[in-house]
Amino acid sequence: MATEYEIKPASGFSIGFRELWHYRELFYFFAWRDIKVKYKQTFFGFAWAVLQPLIMMLLFSFFFGRTLKVPSDNIPYPIFVFSGLLLWNIFATGISNAGNSMVTNANIIKKIYFPRLIIPLSSVLVALFDFFMAFSIYLVILIYYQFTPDFARFLLYFPMSILITLAATFGIGSLLAALNVQYRDFRYVIPFFVQALLFLTPVIYPVSIISSHWMNFVIALNPMTGAIELFRSAFTGQDANMNVLLISAAGSLLFLIAGLFYFRKTESYFADVA
Amino acid sequence: MKPILEITNISKKFRIRHKQKKYLSLRESITELFKTERETVEDFYALQNVSFEVLPGESLGIIGKNGAGKSTLLKILSKITPPTSGKVIARGRIASLLEVGTGFHQELSGRENIFLNGSILGMKRKEIQKKFDEIVDFSGTEKFLDTALKHYSSGMQLRLAFAVAAFLEPEILIIDEVLAVGDFEFQKKCLGKMERVAKSGRTILFVSHNLSAVSGLCSRCLLLDRGKISTDDITEKTISNYLKQDSLKDNSGIMARVIYFNQSQTWECGEKIILEFWWEKNKFRPGWQCDIAVYTFDNVKIFALESYRMKPGFSASEELNHIEFEIINPGLVHKEVRVDWGIRYSDSGNYEMIINNILAVQTGITKAPAYWRPDVLVVPQATVNYSTK
Repeated sequence: MATEYEIKPASGFSIGFRELWHYRELFYFFAWRDIKVKYKQTFFGFAWAVLQPLIMMLLFSFFFGRTLKVPSDNIPYPIFVFSGLLLWNIFATGISNAGNSMVTNANIIKKIYFPRLIIPLSSVLVALFDFFMAFSIYLVILIYYQFTPDFARFLLYFPMSILITLAATFGIGSLLAALNVQYRDFRYVIPFFVQALLFLTPVIYPVSIISSHWMNFVIALNPMTGAIELFRSAFTGQDANMNVLLISAAGSLLFLIAGLFYFRKTESYFADVA
Repeated sequence: MKPILEITNISKKFRIRHKQKKYLSLRESITELFKTERETVEDFYALQNVSFEVLPGESLGIIGKNGAGKSTLLKILSKITPPTSGKVIARGRIASLLEVGTGFHQELSGRENIFLNGSILGMKRKEIQKKFDEIVDFSGTEKFLDTALKHYSSGMQLRLAFAVAAFLEPEILIIDEVLAVGDFEFQKKCLGKMERVAKSGRTILFVSHNLSAVSGLCSRCLLLDRGKISTDDITEKTISNYLKQDSLKDNSGIMARVIYFNQSQTWECGEKIILEFWWEKNKFRPGWQCDIAVYTFDNVKIFALESYRMKPGFSASEELNHIEFEIINPGLVHKEVRVDWGIRYSDSGNYEMIINNILAVQTGITKAPAYWRPDVLVVPQATVNYSTK
């Protein structure tokens, strides 16, 4: 006879990799559904994934770069702000999608079993898809400004920056998702949180303009600071502040562990409270 | 043979919170925020020490009134919610059709939904591709495969949903209330499909209020009553217990009883029974009338009796609290029929009170008489008697 297993009251902690691997196709299907549905019945379709950050970049370049003359570490402001926006968008859409994902999929959760982690994970994948769409425009802008990245540096820094972003997004996203199931307050907290955090992230301004030591540390605690710094230096060849990087990477790992732990701890009761 | 499912002492507890007082002023409701002890918490057991085993290839029916714990049991078995205590050992893949069409997305096309729904139900992409044509064929929606689901009729959505689910191939299949929907033709098709699944050696747990579907599909049946198993027997026995559950028990103050007139306690063709109903004096105002309707247990109405037609011109007083119908069996051999009961007043068409399934009657063991045809509505010979008890 096939596999034998037990159903018991929830106890202990594990991420459940084996089960996640068994259900791996579901990641794809959930992400695919969300991407399809997102651009259904829109005139521009997938172009929106490109248009949104592009328009933001133009607006920011005009207001902050041209008008307010925000410094940009000696690289053209459009490149500077776009590179920040690219990663910021993964994070912002990722955590707001993931944070609401358990509630929007409540009808499925109450009816069918599969590893619950798939839901917030695949909503982060949707944000990653948007990133790659917008990334193509980024490359065009780089060529326009005749930037040639150093390849070795690119190969090291680029994946690292994405990894830090994903770890932070997924960690915070799944934490918010689990909290949102029980306390719907988080539905209102999330957009607010994302907006506030944008000011604490060097998307429109460089870390170097902050002179306060204390503030520097606070900003480094934000995992996205390190990720964006790394990402920029992958393309522009500017060295990133190692201290900031380490603090950010540690922060993102911490969020990942905390998020996964809380999610797994509470997931068995989602169907009862959702 | 080792059982494929071993359920041992499963309990599921829910917490119900009660607020002791309603607060009228805002100030009081704000101070209330800081005092949590006024809220009392009551434990409610949806399931209590439920144990049973299922052998491979068995089709097990689960019946019970609303709130008896059927859905909670299925939710535990399909891992949607964990039990509070006890354990389940499963020796095979479990898939559940707790409600068909789960995960369907209105904006996606039929084709896309087949893949999405299939994979949510636990099928691999390759499996779905292999069965795709069969699924489409079974659902009968091939013309609309690339139309968004929101443009489908509800019947079409349902057919598609059932078709996907029907081609799941787990060792243990849990089915809940899928037959409640769809037109007659499709219901028959679904039942046929499930019968084939059951005969192919798959283990099936089947929860339904459609008793004839349960008895057609399952050889063994559990009866749940307030979170506990009250009967675990062959389907016929369990269903009969289920139908009897209400009789001779308090039914909002209405007592009911069947009196048989032979040794075997059945109602044979041509023989009489008495259906007796009584209640407290003054429960109904003068002019009450009593109707009964007799159904086969798959809800086909056989006949109805109306007291005012049987005693024209008679007006019952509030003192009268006992009524009996004496009925000659006109040829019923349905094994068992059930009785619905209602009270109304002569000046109103609406029922004052209705109790469904108030009684179950064991009918003929002997053959139906030659004149009897199942498709003809029979009018039995019957008399009615009022009295005070």
